[in-house]
This record gives sequence, structure tokens and C-alpha cells, in this order.
Amino acid sequence: MKASNVAKAVALTLSVAWAAGCSTTGGTDTGAAGTDTATDTASTQGAEVSGGVSAAELAAQKAADDAAAAAALQSVFYFDFDRSVVKQDGLAALEKHAAYLAATPSASVRLEGHADERGTREYNMALGERRAQAVARILQVNGVNANQIETISYGEEKPAMLGHTSESWAQNRRVELKYVSN
Amino acid sequence: MRLYKYIVAVLSVLLVSLPLKAELRIEVTQGVDKPTPLAVVPFSWSGSYGLAEDVAGVIANDFARSGLFRVMERNNMLSNPTRQNEVAFRDWRSLGQEFLVIGRMSAAQGDSVRVEYEVYDVIKEELILRDARVGSRNGLRDIAHVIADNIYEYLTGVKGAFYTRILYVTAQQLGPDNYRYQLRMADSDGARPRTILESKEPIMSPSWSRDARRVAYVSFESTRPAIYIQDLRTGQRQKVQSFKGLNGAPAWSPDGSKMALVLSKDGNPEVYILDLLKRKLTRMTHHYGIDTEPSWAPDGRSIIFTSDRGGLPQIYQMHLKSRTIDRLTYEGNYNGRGSLTQDGRFLAMVHRGDDNIFRIAVQDLKTSRLDVLTETFLDESPTIAPNGSMILYATQKGTRGVLGGVTLDGNVRFLLPDSQGHVREPAWSPYLQ
Repeated sequence: MKASNVAKAVALTLSVAWAAGCSTTGGTDTGAAGTDTATDTASTQGAEVSGGVSAAELAAQKAADDAAAAAALQSVFYFDFDRSVVKQDGLAALEKHAAYLAATPSASVRLEGHADERGTREYNMALGERRAQAVARILQVNGVNANQIETISYGEEKPAMLGHTSESWAQNRRVELKYVSN
Repeated sequence: MRLYKYIVAVLSVLLVSLPLKAELRIEVTQGVDKPTPLAVVPFSWSGSYGLAEDVAGVIANDFARSGLFRVMERNNMLSNPTRQNEVAFRDWRSLGQEFLVIGRMSAAQGDSVRVEYEVYDVIKEELILRDARVGSRNGLRDIAHVIADNIYEYLTGVKGAFYTRILYVTAQQLGPDNYRYQLRMADSDGARPRTILESKEPIMSPSWSRDARRVAYVSFESTRPAIYIQDLRTGQRQKVQSFKGLNGAPAWSPDGSKMALVLSKDGNPEVYILDLLKRKLTRMTHHYGIDTEPSWAPDGRSIIFTSDRGGLPQIYQMHLKSRTIDRLTYEGNYNGRGSLTQDGRFLAMVHRGDDNIFRIAVQDLKTSRLDVLTETFLDESPTIAPNGSMILYATQKGTRGVLGGVTLDGNVRFLLPDSQGHVREPAWSPYLQ
């Protein structure tokens, strides 16, 4: 009996840890990664020119600024249950991402589609892919080249938030847009 | 109620003897209408060394879980006979027992143990089964399950499925952005869990080969989903499919020569069949909807799959020769992950009815009658025992994913909690050779 209590306590601690861990992940991490990449690129290019502010350096600075601006945009887009239509509130940010990507052919994104825990796992894999493709289509319609976009589905395997509430489900039905460093 | 008490007794034995092992444990959550009373007396042991397993306890546990038997609590036994001349039938009758199992164990050549056992009809005072098994002292649980299968088949006429294995996936978060996914294999009662594969990225959809020697699964270890086959004995692995997009839901054909799977390389999730010898891939479905979760009919002539081609996820059957498709499910607004019993008569599935709760259900394909078997929520991934007697599935207990079991008639349900992380996606092996 005692042993099972210990097991329960451990289980509880673990789930709390999981939940706590999950709440720290999300769009902000992605943004930081994108910024890092951009800064790296900028500094390498800057090193080639010595003294004064060259045109190349200016261009590099602008590229870094643009990348940082794109990375700071909304990067998680939400969906209704068993649906793969991007919600209205995400469209403006997606158009800005598209504008940046269209103007920066060297930049590319990975679109990670997710589903909530309801429904079967492989069906949710398909649903996550549909959602990622729905975001990809919006980007393409707005001028982004298909080879700048990679889509992947995680189904319900990587929830952003644990818990069996409609709030966590809503948080988990998502596509995460992540800039990829080349 | 008595059954419940008995299980608690067994539980404490397990907990005392194996306090630190993260094993699945059985809790019966619902009783049976008319189980047959049966007593399994502790077997004697004449060897010079101690045994790691309680063989009679393992056998008793198997019978309790089957739902067909009410197994007697050891504390209530008036005597512990191990030979025929020690059996006082009148006592066992007065205790309400119908069948009695007794046995003796002795050391055999090398590291082997010989287990002799007998089954008696208490009412008729008759010996009805006598048998002996020899096996390695490290494999005592296997011997116990084989004996349970033998007795079960003798008493019920149905082949036992205790000597089988289960695969399942566990997930743990170790820290921020640090996950551990494991593919694990255990005995059918959840004992002796061992890790088959460990990864920081998701593992999904384990599926057995028909000879139970290999498993197929989906792993994201390359940061994209790919289908792998792994030999359980050698650990050797082979990447089977890794197209762009989905590579999922592998399902071995009954003859072992083909694998049904899902690819979205053509832009949309479709069911394909891969000929494993000729390496030939054939696309089976052609629809803009989601087609996924293929499973084979036991005769290998049709596949069951989930599709939202009708607007909502429902289960369909494709006859492979004619490629004609029949819709099988009409009740409920979400039916998925269908699989058929060995006799092809019952369809197990994840079902969502008007209450919008996901449960495990079984549809009789002869009468179209649908029975919901579970009462929890978010129940998924049903997998049928090779003898069709029981279904294992994934469910939630508090905030944890655990494995549950239910008899096909819905009369007995039990939980197999694994203390390590979130447990999901059980897959019941075929009969072991």
C-alpha cells in the first residue's frame, strides 16, 4: 500500500514537472533561435569589411533586423477540433512571415503541426499534417517558394500543455512556425 | 467483491517481493456475473536454492484477470495439498470451489526446474488433467503462463493467451525540451518490462510480426517520422520507409509477407501496401480525405481503415481483390483504429458517441450491434488478445496515461499501471512459438 502511494507521489511529481516544463516551451524559444542565427550571419559578413560602415554591412544589419522582426512575430497558430483551417487571429502574422520569406529566399521555415489528445493517434498525425499544410498554403499564396517550407506532423505526441481541459486542448491544436538555420 | 479482495492479496505479495520494479499491476475494477470458483494451491519446491517466482501465484493471477474464474484467496485455504493423496475434497467443496490446481516443483538438470501439476474436479472428486513442464529457472513466469494456458484451454475450450507479450510506449519529460520515449515489452500480465528502444523523439504505433519475432514502429529519431523494423532477439534494425511527409501506422499482413502503412508522399494520407520481399509499394486508397490506421482481416483478404471521407472519422473495409470499400460503422460521431478478432466477427475500435467521450467499443459484424466496453474517458488504441478473449487499451488515470484491460463481454476491467511515465499504445503479440 505504501509503495503504491510512493508511486502515486512520484507520478504526480513527474506530471507536475512535465506540465511545468511544457509551459516554458513554445513560441519564445523559436524566436530566440531565429535571432541567434541572424546575428551569427550578420557578424560573419561584417568581419569581411574593415573600418567604416560599408553598404554590405548596412545590408547585413538590415537582414538581421528583418530576421529578428520576423522571429518576434506570432509563431504559433491555433485550430478548432478536427479542423485544419487557420483561425482568423493568426492570418495577419502569417502574411508578415510570408512577406519576410518572399523577400529573403535564403530563409526557410519548418511548420510543425500538432493535435490535441482526443481521437486516435495516427488520425491525429494526419490532422497535424493537414494543419501544417494549411499554414504552408497561406505562405505560398503570399509568395513564399515551396522549397523554403518544410512541414512535419507530431500528431498528439508533443503537447504544449498537459491536462484534459478544453483550455489545454485549445493550446495543443496548433502549428508552430520555426525559422531554420541553413 | 471477493475477487477484489483476492487481487489486493496478490498485489501485496507482488509489492513485497518486487518493491522496486516498475511493473504493470492488475486491479480489477468491475466484477463478473458468474465466474467459476477455482483454487490454485501454492506449489511445493524441493530444490536446494530459492525460487524467484511464485508460480502458482502467477497462474492464479492469470485466471483472475480472465474474468471467467473467481480465484480463491490463499488465506482461506484449509490445507495446502501438493499431491493427490493430500486432497480433502469435502473441504474444498465446503469452501465452494469447483476446480482445484495443485503442483510440485523440483530441480532438474542444470539450471532447469520441473513443474508437475494436476487439476481436479472438486464436485466429481476426479483428476481431470495431469501434466509436467520443464524450463529454465529464470523462465519460471513463462512456464507458469504456459501452464495457465493449458488449464484454461482444458476448462474453457478456448486456447489461452497468457503466454504472450505486450509492447507499449512510455513518455516522460525529464526537463525543458528533454523527453524520453521508450518502446517497452512485457509479459501479458505486465511483468518483466524491458526497453526495446529509447529515444528523445516520439515513438509510435508498435506492431508485431506474425511470428512475434520482429516489431515495426514509427520513430522520429531522425527528426522526421520513419518506419522501422526491429528484430527482438538480435536488436537489429532496418529503416523501411522514410518518404517526405507521414510514414505511419505499420501493420503486418497475416502471412508476414506484406505491410500495410500510411504515406502522405502524394500530398495526402493514403493507405499503401508494401511487399516486403519484392520491395514493391502499392497505393490502395485514393481519396482527398484522411485515410489511415490500416489493419488486416485475419484471412488477409481485406483491410480495415479509418477515413473521414464521409465528413467524420469512420471505419471502412477494403476488399483487396476487388478494391471495393464498405463502410462498417454508423453509430457515433468518431470511430477509429479498428481491428478484427481472429474469427473476423467482432470489430474493436475507439468510439465516440453523443456524450463526446472516447471509449473502447466492439461491434458484432453479424448483427451490427455495438457495445461500449469501457467507462473511462480518452480510451484509445485497443489491441485484441490472439484468442479474442480480451482487449488491452490506453486510458487515463488522473493525469497519467495507463493501460487498461477489458474482457470482450465487458464484464471484467482492470488497470495495468506502469509507474514509469505516461503509458500508451499497447500492442498484444500473436501466440508465441
